[in-house]
Amino acid sequence: MSGSSLLGDALLVFGKDLRIERSSKVVLSQVLPFALMILILFGFGISPDIRVPIGADGSRSVLAQVTPGLIFLAILFSSLLALGRSFGVEADDGTLDALRLAGLDPGGIFIGKAAAVLVQLLSVGSIVTLGAFLLFDTGVDWTWGRAVLLVTTLGAATAGIASAGTIYSALAAGLRVRDTLVPLLVIPVLAPVLLGAGQAADAALFGAVADGWPWVGALAIFALLYIGVGILSFDSLLEDA
Amino acid sequence: MVAMSDSADDQLIAGPPVVELDEAVALVGGFPALAGASLKLAGTEIVGLRGPNGAGKSTLLRVCAGLIPLRRGRGHVLGHDLATRTGRQSARRSIGLLGHNTSLYDDLTVQENVWFWSRANRAASDDVKAAMGHMGLSGRLATVPVSGLSEGQRRRTAMAILLARRPKVWLLDEPHAGLDRSGRDLLDQLLIDAAKAGATVLVATHDRGRIDDVLTRTVWLESGTISELIP
Repeated sequence: MSGSSLLGDALLVFGKDLRIERSSKVVLSQVLPFALMILILFGFGISPDIRVPIGADGSRSVLAQVTPGLIFLAILFSSLLALGRSFGVEADDGTLDALRLAGLDPGGIFIGKAAAVLVQLLSVGSIVTLGAFLLFDTGVDWTWGRAVLLVTTLGAATAGIASAGTIYSALAAGLRVRDTLVPLLVIPVLAPVLLGAGQAADAALFGAVADGWPWVGALAIFALLYIGVGILSFDSLLEDA
Repeated sequence: MVAMSDSADDQLIAGPPVVELDEAVALVGGFPALAGASLKLAGTEIVGLRGPNGAGKSTLLRVCAGLIPLRRGRGHVLGHDLATRTGRQSARRSIGLLGHNTSLYDDLTVQENVWFWSRANRAASDDVKAAMGHMGLSGRLATVPVSGLSEGQRRRTAMAILLARRPKVWLLDEPHAGLDRSGRDLLDQLLIDAAKAGATVLVATHDRGRIDDVLTRTVWLESGTISELIP
């Protein structure tokens, strides 16, 4: 594994996966509407009239209060579609075998596919976040500090989802039951991401910004850990796929 | 049927074997799809692989391509040991495999597919252009998404990728399927040219007739064992 072939192969696979998305528009026409639908359904399920007290004499709707968690829940569920699609295109016509025959750096394939999923999830996540603010009257008192924390949380959380999700999608890639197996494998693994991202986003929206950064650090460590595991293990995962 | 002996095999090939399987056993889903197959292929040979459905022809090709590990027996391709992962991975770089699937991305155009796989295979750009022209993909067809192609056009695209790769060992599984008469002639000529250039070709086929003129010899595979040699 050389650094140049790792990055070169990663760029090649990354570009290929984004070209496939540009042509098929699956993220735009299916993943994004799915994520927005989840938000809207939460809006139906939780009445905006139910309020929780804040401080001495204020109150906030429960829907607004749980917005940080809802945003990342919507991103997490929609990521299952993006991850399934990422390896679905490799299973359709035997291209996974062709990738193995080409001798591409397995770590490069992992980085390329995870990076493509990351870009797609960041796009979805940005729109979902904006949608949540429009749909749920959060009444956030925006500052630069809050905005930077929220954007960084989004980036670190989606990096964790993309890297861990890509590993487990590859693990199930060769199986006939992969479509139903991937959610079962991925959701428990990504539970810490949901927890950390929810806490960090809650600090960004309603709490003290300083309280959110340790959670962002934990999200970054989670993402880096899975990126390392992916680079080291993808060779074995592709061999067994 | 009598198992093929080493001595009989040795008499039929000239030079050191490029592909060599000795009592190879390989499992597919726990089933021994290859159950002690022995085979030797030398450079410049075009060998036909025949046998009934489910005989293990596709598995044999995938074992030779280093995609399925050997469970027992020995196997080497271009000197690389198929029993080890590093050996299989090293062997793959010199192998071109065209299986039942064409390994193309439906959402990409012909040109985008050829470009991606040529970069992945480290093919020279001149070879890519020549291969696309040779397979009749240079015109308007190059910009058509693969999902809109006929089976024959998909095969031509896959063949162009294979051709640009310049493999030392060609492993083809029913390559004539879906091709019209001109496509079949083109493919047969490609196999002859590849062998003349020093490549070894193994073709799994049910076809009879013109392909027999191309093959230098034929082996028979049944129940996971190469059990008959048809010169």
